[in-house]
Amino acid sequence: MIGGLFIYNHKGEVLISRVYRDDIGRNAVDAFRVNVIHARQQVRSPVTNIARTSFFHVKRSNIWLAAVTKQNVNAAMVFEFLYKMCDVMTAYFGKISEENIKNNFVLIYELLDEILDFGYPQNSETGALKTFITQQGIKSQTKEEQSQITSQVTGQIGWRREGIKYRRNELFLDVLESVNLLMSPQGSQVLSAHVSGRVVMKSYLSGMPECKFGMNDKIVIDKQGKGTADETSKSSGKQSIAIDDCTFHQCVRLSKFDSERSISFIPPDGEYELMRYRTTKDIILPFRVIPLVREVGRTKLEVKVVIKSNFKPSLLAQKIEVRIPTPLNTSGVQVICMKGKAKYKASENAIVWKIKRMAGMKESQISAEIELLPTNDKKKWARPPISMNFEVPFAPSGLKVRYLKVFEPKLNYSDHDVIKWVRYIGRSGIYETRC
Amino acid sequence: MTDSKYFTTTKKGEIFELKAELNSDKKEKKKEAVKKVIASMTVGKDVSALFPDVVNCMQTDNLELKKLVYLYLMNYAKSQPDMAIMAVNTFVKDCEDPNPLIRALAVRTMGCIRVDKITEYLCEPLRKCLKDEDPYVRKTAAVCVAKLHDINAQLVEDQGFLDTLKDLISDSNPMVVANAVAALSEIAESHPNSNLLDLNPQSINKLLTALNECTEWGQIFILDCLANYTPRDDRESQSICERVTPRLSHANSAVVLSAVKVLMKFMEMLPKDLDYYGTLLKKLAPPLVTLLSAEPELQYVALRNINLIVQKRPEILKHEMKVFFVKYNDPIYIKLEKLDIMIRLASQANIAQVLAELKEYATEVDVDFVRKAVRAIGRCAIKVEQSAERCVSTLLDLIQTKVNYVVQEAIVVIKDIFRKYPNKYESVIATLCENLDSLDEPEARAAMIWIVGEYAERIDNADELLESFLEGFHDESTQVQLQLLTAIVKLFLKKPTETQELVQQVLSLATQDSDNPDLRDRGYIYWRLLSTDPVAAKEVVLAEKPLISEETDLIEPTLLDELICHIGTLASVYHKPPNAFVEGSRGVQHKRLPPRTGSNESPESPELAQPAAAQPVDQPPAVIPSQGDLLGDLLNLDLGPPTSGGTPAITSAMQMGAMDLLGGGLDSLVMQGGAGGRQETGFGGPAVMPSSLNAPVGGGLGDLFDLGSGVGMPTGSYVVPKTVWLPAMKAKGLEISGTFARRMGTIQMDVTFTNKAMQIMTDFAIQFNRNSFGLSPAAPLQLATPLSPNQTIEVSLPLSTVGPVMKMDPLNNLQVAVKNNIDVFYFSSLYPINILFVEDGKMERQVFLATWKDIPSDNEAQFQIKDCHLNSDAVSNKLQSNNIFTIAKRNVEGQDMLYQSMKLTNGIWILAELRIQPGSPNFTLSLKCRAPEISQFVLQSYEAVLKN
Repeated sequence: MIGGLFIYNHKGEVLISRVYRDDIGRNAVDAFRVNVIHARQQVRSPVTNIARTSFFHVKRSNIWLAAVTKQNVNAAMVFEFLYKMCDVMTAYFGKISEENIKNNFVLIYELLDEILDFGYPQNSETGALKTFITQQGIKSQTKEEQSQITSQVTGQIGWRREGIKYRRNELFLDVLESVNLLMSPQGSQVLSAHVSGRVVMKSYLSGMPECKFGMNDKIVIDKQGKGTADETSKSSGKQSIAIDDCTFHQCVRLSKFDSERSISFIPPDGEYELMRYRTTKDIILPFRVIPLVREVGRTKLEVKVVIKSNFKPSLLAQKIEVRIPTPLNTSGVQVICMKGKAKYKASENAIVWKIKRMAGMKESQISAEIELLPTNDKKKWARPPISMNFEVPFAPSGLKVRYLKVFEPKLNYSDHDVIKWVRYIGRSGIYETRC
Repeated sequence: MTDSKYFTTTKKGEIFELKAELNSDKKEKKKEAVKKVIASMTVGKDVSALFPDVVNCMQTDNLELKKLVYLYLMNYAKSQPDMAIMAVNTFVKDCEDPNPLIRALAVRTMGCIRVDKITEYLCEPLRKCLKDEDPYVRKTAAVCVAKLHDINAQLVEDQGFLDTLKDLISDSNPMVVANAVAALSEIAESHPNSNLLDLNPQSINKLLTALNECTEWGQIFILDCLANYTPRDDRESQSICERVTPRLSHANSAVVLSAVKVLMKFMEMLPKDLDYYGTLLKKLAPPLVTLLSAEPELQYVALRNINLIVQKRPEILKHEMKVFFVKYNDPIYIKLEKLDIMIRLASQANIAQVLAELKEYATEVDVDFVRKAVRAIGRCAIKVEQSAERCVSTLLDLIQTKVNYVVQEAIVVIKDIFRKYPNKYESVIATLCENLDSLDEPEARAAMIWIVGEYAERIDNADELLESFLEGFHDESTQVQLQLLTAIVKLFLKKPTETQELVQQVLSLATQDSDNPDLRDRGYIYWRLLSTDPVAAKEVVLAEKPLISEETDLIEPTLLDELICHIGTLASVYHKPPNAFVEGSRGVQHKRLPPRTGSNESPESPELAQPAAAQPVDQPPAVIPSQGDLLGDLLNLDLGPPTSGGTPAITSAMQMGAMDLLGGGLDSLVMQGGAGGRQETGFGGPAVMPSSLNAPVGGGLGDLFDLGSGVGMPTGSYVVPKTVWLPAMKAKGLEISGTFARRMGTIQMDVTFTNKAMQIMTDFAIQFNRNSFGLSPAAPLQLATPLSPNQTIEVSLPLSTVGPVMKMDPLNNLQVAVKNNIDVFYFSSLYPINILFVEDGKMERQVFLATWKDIPSDNEAQFQIKDCHLNSDAVSNKLQSNNIFTIAKRNVEGQDMLYQSMKLTNGIWILAELRIQPGSPNFTLSLKCRAPEISQFVLQSYEAVLKN
């Protein structure tokens, strides 16, 4: 199991050090600083073995978190724990920075004592932790409160406490998708494309509500459609989507999903990620990028890039940014674009073209002349891909929320009384076209 | 107010000031001071001097202050054990606190204070907390048992905490169950045989139920524990799999990977024609792909595991090539891993896409990545024949870029392509030769030289090219020198007229001016070959080469199986078994995949549990002709009929060798091995063996084939005199001494029990720990009468080799437990490895030749046996009675060379060459075996046999 956990600043100074196991000595702290933080080379592996001690490390802004062990631990668990640790810290004091960590070091030690016992991760749901690890220390609690805390921390529903009350029962569903694309040169062939999506829920519901979530999952629709085949094929048509794989928050009953493919759960209070999913079929690619690069002699490049929006004309894409890489020996760039603003950023070796808004089924173009300094470098320019960022108000996978039903038998509100909001946002993930 | 100010105190006299503040009356000030102390502790300052003052602050109802003091205690208690006792009272009191959070805090902290004196006081509070009404306290106490066990294992056993912990597995609270499982698993790791977890269908059912209810971390503990269970049959295996598959949709990647581990392991037991087997395979792919959208560090862990899974069951991900395409912004460690998996998944169906990708990668920036991409193109050519042409032209394009490391890497892989498709792509040689000057890495230089030598007849200026390398011969690395030597000899054999001078030059450089023995030996062999019989030399040096394998860098199958059992853990990230990086006793236990039930694919079945002779079938032949070939050549010559046998005889031996290399001889090898196996089961079993038979049966049979060595009467195998294994002092008056022997094909343990106590001993029983060769008692230990004081009884216990196997250190270590009416005693003994030499360990000559050649030369070990005054016949007789069989004997320049073989009970063959110089008492023993770690023990047996 995890033998110790250290947090360093970018200089390699220790901010937090907590040792859980006897086999981890103080010298481990220094070994990591010397061999990883101060190493000249870029990180070649997130797991480093120094003198039979293994270091698992992640970096958040310029803070290093390192978990240390001398045993054959579950590596995936250690990383999941480090991420979770970051989430918990963020939930308590915001951004992970040297300043914040120093300001909250007592709190961090208290958290580490609670969520990691002898190197075994324990309940690390922020909702539960906040009931008894507060920044002011524990106020005197009544006996009932104490036992409520402990049963919640260890209980079956460790993510929600009893007795939550809202005057207005309300929930928000955000379908957030990031669409990833790799196109071959000249934008002719899709090399790979997939959507990774998340359903984020904000729930403000009283009591212990039982929820059921439904979407246009092809397997479910087909199953239901068996009885009334004609009807559903008409109504749902092509609208169901094939989900390659999905994972759920720990509140979802996985065995029920496995047997009936229904998503039922008692949600945590407040914001959390209900599910993640991945699709690869029938993806709506919101933009196409068509690049044209011509080398004119040894000292000049001509670049022309066309982007085409490919969705309903009534919808608007936002925050569009196209990044066209330029060779390292670029001396000057002239750009002409019809829409938006374009700039050559020498420090980033790229032309950045920004467009605030663009409606569907439109086309825009940029052309640039790049002057090059003559070099005698034998190695050709690697031509990194053209990448793109954007945000669109629909789900590129085609996912639709069909329903989210809420039942709370003990309290007197019904599914109809709950105010529900649904929103779809599609963003670019890694959206690249080779040129 | 912020806490960061505590980090900034650096004044002198700081400790003194802190002391004053700690003793202040004001609570606030006290707390401030403790915070400062903790901050100093964090940055590595020694504040242990403040111990008594800090401990004084412990008795407080302010929980925050209490936690800080506890933190301090955990850090410094060990350096101040006497002072730490001061804290005990508060701990004990806190364990009775009405607030469950405080009770848990106390028991949690107490377990972290690693001071022997405190542990005694810990027992009572811990016992209470394990039965606490509050689950929060119970789950903390469960982990505390593991902590205590780490400090004082005996105490935990004596106090019966293990039983209480076992009871907690049935607790009503899922988190308590999960922590109890975690604690028990950890404790069980240090007692591999204790059967602590006692997994049976009932307890498994409990765990599976808890799995649905506990936290993500608890699910990981339970799944990791489940993976250690071996279901009784395929039906149980399937029902567990069905209940584990829903975990594949968990958001936590570690839960997913641990579930994959359980499924991969239990899937072994399912018959392949079962529908469910196919369903399961299909279910595994999507979650594995999803892991690749996690954060980069987790992706890395996932990719390392996928690399294993793809090798074990390529069918799972064969359609998922695209997801392993490298993204421009992936961290380098992700890129390298993806590339590795891409090569493994490459097939005819996707090769066009893969090649297009690889070509892109070859223009990237990172040198390691580019090299690997270039190498991957070569691997594709070898793996998918249809693509070879395209690969070669891609490689040529890359060579045109003139980027130094790309060119070198390309040349190395082109050499392999030439090996795979001879006489097909030699047109590119001209292009390669143009780049001769830019090669500065040994591997690339060696590859280029090999190409020039191999195709010397088609390269007009081959002699000039090779001569240019010769100038700096002594500055080259060994690899290049050896290659250059061979290449020039090849050239000479192909164009003898114009290159005589060159070959003489290189031979003298290699033999006279070099102090590298490998190089010198190779030089001498060529020299002698060329001077005695050029025709034979041609046959040897220009022999047809064996095919090279399609796959490279495959993990050796037994290691792969072990790593599959460790999916998700560090072992799977390092691709090394845990004992390679874990110190001490933990993780030494080797895990194995369960055998497939009801099918003949089980590794235990005789067809597959073949002696090493059958192994060449699955073992890829070496890619580069190396010293191994050379040794083979040498043996071929030596084992031909003695004296100047003339060309025809040598040639025939040569042909035989070459045929074997090409795999033509493999069928006969398999046959031979099969016959051996049957022979063993037919005659060798002790049950059917007539007791009057004196000579070992296998040996007798072997003699039928024996042509070379004289038949000597076996004189009985050597038995080491008895030694005391367990002194009476350690075993309450029972003294055990003994030895091991092999009699008539049965291994026996001769044990002497002596009662040196004052009371009668009865009810004896014996048990072995798992050991390297699966030794276990074949019959219960029977002492006819009770052992009275001062009585001695001798017993011979027959042993079998079908027990559970675990690699021990040293290999021949046997841990034994003996029980009587008084107590259980443990001891360990070392057995001589010759008791494991079976009677049919005589290899046929041709098989011996092929096997010797086939075992890599790295596996060869050479020893000196000193002060042994026997002639070679006596030696062979003595060894034969210990089942070390002499296959051939030969006299070379006055030295007797004995070629010998022996076989272990688990089918491993050991080949030996014993060199005896008449008149000299020192022998030279060379051993070759696929499991080289055995050599040391074989040597011990040789010494023991020969000197007694």
